[in-house]
Amino acid sequence: MWSLLLRKLKTGRLTQKGEKSLAKQTSSNLPSSFRKSLQVRHLDCGSCNGCDWELTALSNSIYDLQHFGIDFVASPRHADLLMCTGPGSTQLLNAARETYEAMAKPKWVIAVGDCAINGGVFKGSYASSGGIGGTLPVDVEVPGCPPSPDDLIKALQGFMGK
Amino acid sequence: MLSLLEYLQGYQDLEFVRWDNQEGIVEMASDVLPELLTYCLELKPRPTWLTHVVNDERQLGREFCVYLVLHFPSEDFSLTLVAKGIIDKFPTLALIFPALNWSEREAQDLFGLHAVGHPDPRSLVLHPGWPKGFHPLRKDYKVGDEDKDFKRAPLVFPEMHGDGIFQVSVGPIHAGIIEPGHFRFYAIGEPVLHLEAQLFYTHKGIEKLVEGRNIEDGLRIIERVCGVCALSHGLAYCEAVEKLAKVEVTRPVLLWRTILAELERTYNHVGDIGNMCAGVGYAVGNANGSQCKEALQRLNLKFFGHRFLRGVVVPGGVKSIPGAEDSQAILNQLIKLADDFEEWIPFLLEHDGFRQRAVTAGILKAENAIDLGVTGPAARGSGLPCDWRELHAHLLYPELKVKSVVEHDGDAWSRLMVRVHETRESFRLLNTLLREAMEAPTEKNQSDRPFSSHKMRPWEPAWGCVESPRGTDVVWLMLDEESNIYRCRVRSASYANWPAVPLTVPGNIVPDFPLINKSFELCYSCCDR
Repeated sequence: MWSLLLRKLKTGRLTQKGEKSLAKQTSSNLPSSFRKSLQVRHLDCGSCNGCDWELTALSNSIYDLQHFGIDFVASPRHADLLMCTGPGSTQLLNAARETYEAMAKPKWVIAVGDCAINGGVFKGSYASSGGIGGTLPVDVEVPGCPPSPDDLIKALQGFMGK
Repeated sequence: MLSLLEYLQGYQDLEFVRWDNQEGIVEMASDVLPELLTYCLELKPRPTWLTHVVNDERQLGREFCVYLVLHFPSEDFSLTLVAKGIIDKFPTLALIFPALNWSEREAQDLFGLHAVGHPDPRSLVLHPGWPKGFHPLRKDYKVGDEDKDFKRAPLVFPEMHGDGIFQVSVGPIHAGIIEPGHFRFYAIGEPVLHLEAQLFYTHKGIEKLVEGRNIEDGLRIIERVCGVCALSHGLAYCEAVEKLAKVEVTRPVLLWRTILAELERTYNHVGDIGNMCAGVGYAVGNANGSQCKEALQRLNLKFFGHRFLRGVVVPGGVKSIPGAEDSQAILNQLIKLADDFEEWIPFLLEHDGFRQRAVTAGILKAENAIDLGVTGPAARGSGLPCDWRELHAHLLYPELKVKSVVEHDGDAWSRLMVRVHETRESFRLLNTLLREAMEAPTEKNQSDRPFSSHKMRPWEPAWGCVESPRGTDVVWLMLDEESNIYRCRVRSASYANWPAVPLTVPGNIVPDFPLINKSFELCYSCCDR
């Protein structure tokens, strides 16, 4: 207990500060009630798990996504936004469609990573489609293989007009 | 391996393609293979399987061939048993060696061959719903529009009846940032009676995709088989390519490849330790593990240009060799992180709540681990000393005298402790290696000659094998005359370990599954490919 407290005092605040310049942007298409807080559902559409781990990293103490008002939720029914990773592997597309259908309107989709945008290196294979755009309506694309947590936060903030 | 050689020479129709101190390749008809395998598996110490590959060699006049690569740890000898001339069926080996169960089911799906006598001939890689007669790895199949015809079709699960037995189905989409897979629990009250895991939702057809590509393109794709074992897969692939080109890499390259492999192990292990805490909702452990992982990944980015160490290893070398100053900087940071690790790891290990959940949860029996060919921390947690760094002389591991870290209880706690000890060991190894890197003169003689100008031997099998954080990753490779990939098989550690996970769950309660699953910490993507 004391050692834990001591460590806490020694480490202090780990969360890196966001960039202030972004605060002035207002060009978001989101209804104003969604601009302060978004509930996100992650959807793996056949990714190599690189993007997934970067999404996981968003919740660590250094990026701490929650202090931007964004959180990952466990059910698509609670989500405003779907973050899709992977090129869309054929055997998963039915489940992906159902996940999207389970979300309440209004709802948005972000394609995370090169694969989700256009199939990436997996383009032209027999069991993956060239990106998630053919299955779900994509609103925002975040390129990268995988995009870094900073890129992801910037994209989310830009999307919310923060 | 004289006794083995003598035994094999007793057979009439075997063809010895190669036999030297390290490696043997023996060809035979497919009906002899079960008998030979039975003999090999009875040898002490028992050989481990590296990979099982089916290859369409009809254009070479050899019909379909099965390559089974075994490794005999006592003399660091690998034996490839080749069953050739298979037209449409081969006798199953899964009854003799259950580790090959999945691999043979995969051959039925992807090649349309029939494994005669297989105990569980359900489809595996291809879910029901594909058009009939769709066998994509046959060479006469050209990628077409079959994926548009993929229909929704029910998955096949065993029935289980009885008073109070009910099924809990979970997935493929899970609550959280996890990869997709379907789990079917058969439970009576809280305790689980049986678990079926249906994977291969992220199957992308990578093995077909790399066919016909050149070496560099192939590497780019193989590195993306898995996000967090990218370096291990890439390195295994490069080792296979270098074998075919008969290229020996220089000592600085070996040194930095070893450093990179240990860096990958460290960042994965600390992350996995943290994730196990997430499996029981213990936030302190999870937070510390993920902080440490983030620090290590930032180090990867700063010095090697990628958070997951992609694109760092290339055939014949490494992309860039850091100088003495950078080595010093890496070392300083690692020393700090190692001290920090010792500071936070007691928070987990001395936490009663966490300990009570992890001890006796998800026991993998040693005999099951042996039968199923389990590898990595999962096998070492069950008492099998199967660290590829110890078994096979490669990179700088023989000099470092790496020993397998072994725990004997086979539960989630044992697998955790294996990771904890291995992380400490990796920090120690990195210390030794980086000190050597600092003293080594900076030489920049990675030959400027592009690797593709080397003459590679076509139509020959070669494997590369690296101990990834999850176990032994094997890449098996065969090239054609133009040095393009003819067949590339990726047997990842996760592929070898997944069949063991459902066995460890019965007897535990359903809410223990996340912890058990996380104690194995297997990827879905490099299993599904």
